[in-house]
Amino acid sequence: MKARAFDYARPASVAEALTAFEQADGDASYIAGGQSLVPALALRLQAPARLVDIAHIAELRGIAVEEGWLRLGALTRHVELHDHPLVATHAPLLALAAPHVAHPAIRNRGTLGGSVALADPAAEFPAMLLAMDAEMEITGPEGSRRVPAGDFFQDLYQTALEPGELLVALHIPAAGPGHRCAFDEIARRRGDYALAGCGVMLTMPGDIVDEARIACLAVGSTPLRARAAEAALIGRRLDPDSIRKAQSALADDLDPPDDAEVPAAMRLHLARVLLGRLLGGMAEAA
Amino acid sequence: MNAPLGSLDRPNSYIGRSVPRPNAKRLLAGRGRYVTDLVLPRMLHAAFLRSPYAHARIASIDTEAARAMPGVRLVATGADLAGLCTPWTGTLDHFKGMKSAPQLPLPLEEVLWSGQAVVAVVADSRAQAEDAAEAILVEFEELPPVTDIDAARTPGADRAASGIEDNLCFRTRLDTGGLDAIFAGAAHVVEEEFHFGRHTAVTLEPRAILADWDAGEGKLTVHHATQTPYQFQDLYSRHFGIAEASVRVIAPDIGGSFGMKLHVYHEDMAVIGLALMCRRPVKYVADRMESFVSDIHARDHRVRARMAVDAEGTILAMDVDDVTAIGAFSTYPRTSAVEGNQVVRLMGAPYRFRNYRAELSVVFQNKVQTSQYRAVGHPVACAVTERMVDLAAARAGLDPVAMREKNLIPDEAYPCDSPTGYKFEALSHQACLAKLKALIEYDALRAEQAALRARGIHRGIGIASFVEISNPSPAFYGIGGARISAQDGATLSITPSGEVRCLISVTEQGQGTETIIGQIVADQLGVAREKVRVVTGDTETTPHGGATWACRGAGIGGETALQAARRLRDNVLALAAAILQASPGQLDLRDGRIVDAMGGAERISLAEVARIAYFRSDTLPPDTNAQLSITHHYAPQGYPFAFTNGVQGCHVELDTDTGLVKILRHWVVEDCGRIINPLLVDEQVRGGVVQGLGAAFFEECRYDAGGQLTNGSLADYLVPMACEMPDIVVGHVETPTADTVLGAKGCGEAGTAAASAAALNAVNDAMAPLGGRIAQIPMTPARLLKSLGKI
Ligand SMILES: Cc1cc2nc3c(=O)[nH]c(=O)nc-3n(C[C@H](O)[C@H](O)[C@H](O)COP(=O)(O)OP(=O)(O)OC[C@H]3O[C@@H](n4cnc5c(N)ncnc54)[C@H](O)[C@@H]3O)c2cc1C
Repeated sequence: MKARAFDYARPASVAEALTAFEQADGDASYIAGGQSLVPALALRLQAPARLVDIAHIAELRGIAVEEGWLRLGALTRHVELHDHPLVATHAPLLALAAPHVAHPAIRNRGTLGGSVALADPAAEFPAMLLAMDAEMEITGPEGSRRVPAGDFFQDLYQTALEPGELLVALHIPAAGPGHRCAFDEIARRRGDYALAGCGVMLTMPGDIVDEARIACLAVGSTPLRARAAEAALIGRRLDPDSIRKAQSALADDLDPPDDAEVPAAMRLHLARVLLGRLLGGMAEAA
Repeated sequence: MNAPLGSLDRPNSYIGRSVPRPNAKRLLAGRGRYVTDLVLPRMLHAAFLRSPYAHARIASIDTEAARAMPGVRLVATGADLAGLCTPWTGTLDHFKGMKSAPQLPLPLEEVLWSGQAVVAVVADSRAQAEDAAEAILVEFEELPPVTDIDAARTPGADRAASGIEDNLCFRTRLDTGGLDAIFAGAAHVVEEEFHFGRHTAVTLEPRAILADWDAGEGKLTVHHATQTPYQFQDLYSRHFGIAEASVRVIAPDIGGSFGMKLHVYHEDMAVIGLALMCRRPVKYVADRMESFVSDIHARDHRVRARMAVDAEGTILAMDVDDVTAIGAFSTYPRTSAVEGNQVVRLMGAPYRFRNYRAELSVVFQNKVQTSQYRAVGHPVACAVTERMVDLAAARAGLDPVAMREKNLIPDEAYPCDSPTGYKFEALSHQACLAKLKALIEYDALRAEQAALRARGIHRGIGIASFVEISNPSPAFYGIGGARISAQDGATLSITPSGEVRCLISVTEQGQGTETIIGQIVADQLGVAREKVRVVTGDTETTPHGGATWACRGAGIGGETALQAARRLRDNVLALAAAILQASPGQLDLRDGRIVDAMGGAERISLAEVARIAYFRSDTLPPDTNAQLSITHHYAPQGYPFAFTNGVQGCHVELDTDTGLVKILRHWVVEDCGRIINPLLVDEQVRGGVVQGLGAAFFEECRYDAGGQLTNGSLADYLVPMACEMPDIVVGHVETPTADTVLGAKGCGEAGTAAASAAALNAVNDAMAPLGGRIAQIPMTPARLLKSLGKI
């Protein structure tokens, strides 16, 4: 299929981008890496009258640590999350998840902002941002604001972004050497969206878990924090018993979709298997 | 020329040599020219509005708004095209009692599957045609869709199409007699119910057609991504009433076909009609979404099988019931009954038992039509047979390899025939199995398996013997009344510079047909391979022939080339003898030179002979008519089919918690008779294995109860990819067919025929200690977790 005809704008600044969007009377779409939007256009699932290409706006780039926060510009590409030393040090969950996102060609173009704005419930980065209590920096005609990840992902493909608003950057409390992280997912083929995925971040100064953050993907209509599973670990040793309790607590945390190919019970089962394997591996490494 | 074929120590001894494909570099360099690449002056583009319903009546079609859209040249409905094209019916005479509703390019009153093309738009660009297609208003009145094979066969069931009395397309029974008594008296009887999902070809290049009607000359030229140009020349001629000689079909570079590109598709017939109406070239290329809902699908069988064995594990009998679901009609001109027919006839083929009963029911339903795709019927027959053999072995307390050693037809028992009537000339099941056993180090692998099981690692080993049908005679289609040729033709010429041109009717889709034809011609003529240019795929230049299907290119096309080259060589030597005042018997043609047959001393070059023939015929002796071009046809006349055989092994590791299977390694030992090019044979086998493993683990066209395809995109329909594929080790046994000089049989379907069977056995082997059992492919994680009791 061929995309419907559209008009194309390439602003050089955030302000120009907002204006270019507004001029299209609501019938516009921002385009970043284009890895999700272009297929949608080609399938005519979306047919905006105007594309506003934000890929050339310098303000949307950059990776830096400022006052205990790691700032990732919205245009940060998947490949940079995989390779950049600051990400490896301060947001290891993103670095661990990156190789599981699609394939190299897509990771070279796809952007973190695009992944977050799209909010696919099976996407890796949104779930990891949720685990890390990231904050989304949003700019729109009404000004700028910061929205915590927990409030940002609202429903299936629905976020706190209002039409015309632009995701400018992601801010992540910088992790330090005390944080231990693990990520894995189950996919039928390498690079596919996962059947279930899970990221874990623990602080364990001794052998007792001080703080636990667990987020899962592909097991609900948004990425999900597994608060009950986290609670099952906090204040406890990482041993077979606490791990089993955390696994079983996932039933309270997750709300997997049910379809003929992948029943809800299977996604819950897979998430439990994953969590068990991740925690088991962390216990062994400890 | 006295050295035997396949001996590699002669000059120009290319038969049996791994030589690379001459066209590979061109394709790699991006110089391939596919139908999609073609641009003709005044060319227009077609797009189709498709039915959103699996079954519906067309109440009205309003095309007014679409006609007014920018760039639109024509909007055509079923009624517009019906006057140009006579209807077709997908039946064959030798399938007694088979029925199917007549078809037209676009429907008049009723749509029969979701995705069926309903209205065509022709515009200056494809995007404009799609814009206009969105503006067409069609009122559909939904009819009950037929989507379940059992409900479809109950009396009074809703019908999949109004033109048929009931939903049974074809039924056949085979019975050697006395089965009930044999089963009643057998020491062991095993049974299983199998489900084989639908899958589809997913060629890299989708279907594409560009039709060009020259009204001045009354000539139709069709550039068509097909494997069978002559078949389409005939069909376009007859259904559109254009003289055969005025229809030219050109198949340029083709990006894979696998049997999918030899069926009549409604859009293709429509495009011919659109070109006739517009009097301008019209192009249509299926996009990937359209491919999923309009390319043929394959398989979709439910097979109930029983096998009887005696106390020692000797197989006594098999009893099978195959119900296969096709579309709402049978495809044309090869039908949708061939796959089921091959399933029930290939069942049990590698084994000695003589008692067999089968029932086949081919059922209409409101889905995309199914038809021939790589290894037609073989994977189903093979998986059922081989799984039953494993189940019977377990019951009789035999190792799977020992069970096969005991029951395979012995290599010295040929010729013989199968209980279903297939005639086998010479197969090598035992030799292949022995070679496979050595190749996989079977005993060591079993020991490793046992050791790993103790550590909670569940690996499985699966074995599957198979036969493959190749080199079909007219017994396949010709006797059924289809104008599908079983013979091939070649025109061979020596050019004025002493080079060679070979125009041949077998075609190239990436498998290397042109390469092996070039090897055979060069080898048999006695010239360097680089001097031979092979031309295929144009009905105006190459002689009529069957082209490419059912593994016939090497066996039939290759023999055609061989015989043609020998005849041309005789002509060359006769002419050289006249020039040299020698006798042809004293001369030979080696490496482009005429030499003394005895000593090998050069007498004259082929280029010089050609120069004299073309430019200085005045110097030739009187009455010498140089015949440096010949046309030769060859049709198989011995056995109706040249069966091939082999055995595959699959080694897997099952993650019992996730249901994911890692395919560790796959082995194939096969016997395709004379191997012309080992490199290409191995790659054919490997590609075939990958398609078989795709069917085993990934590929499935899933429908909901309303007849909607729910995974019709490459995001949701999983094709096997490199990361998940194992190393594939290929070994050979060579038993040439004595029906031809060349002795080659087919190898293109061997990999696909048994890969899914070996995988099915391997996964079951891995699950056996855990009590799991599966008889359905693809073996998805959900199905495996269910059979393990995990969900
Ligand atoms: C074959 C394939 C496999 C894939 N597999 C995975 C996978 O396994 N996991 C995964 O997570 N993803 C996967 N993806 C998606 C990929 O990661 C996308 O690149 C990503 O989701 C979107 O990023 P993008 O920059 O390409 O966004 P685009 O496609 O340009 O845009 C996507 C959406 O986000 C909006 N948008 C983009 N940037 C902004 C911004 N700064 N502010 C506001 N709105 C914005 C756009 O308007 C659009 O609606 C896959 C994609 C493909 C093609």
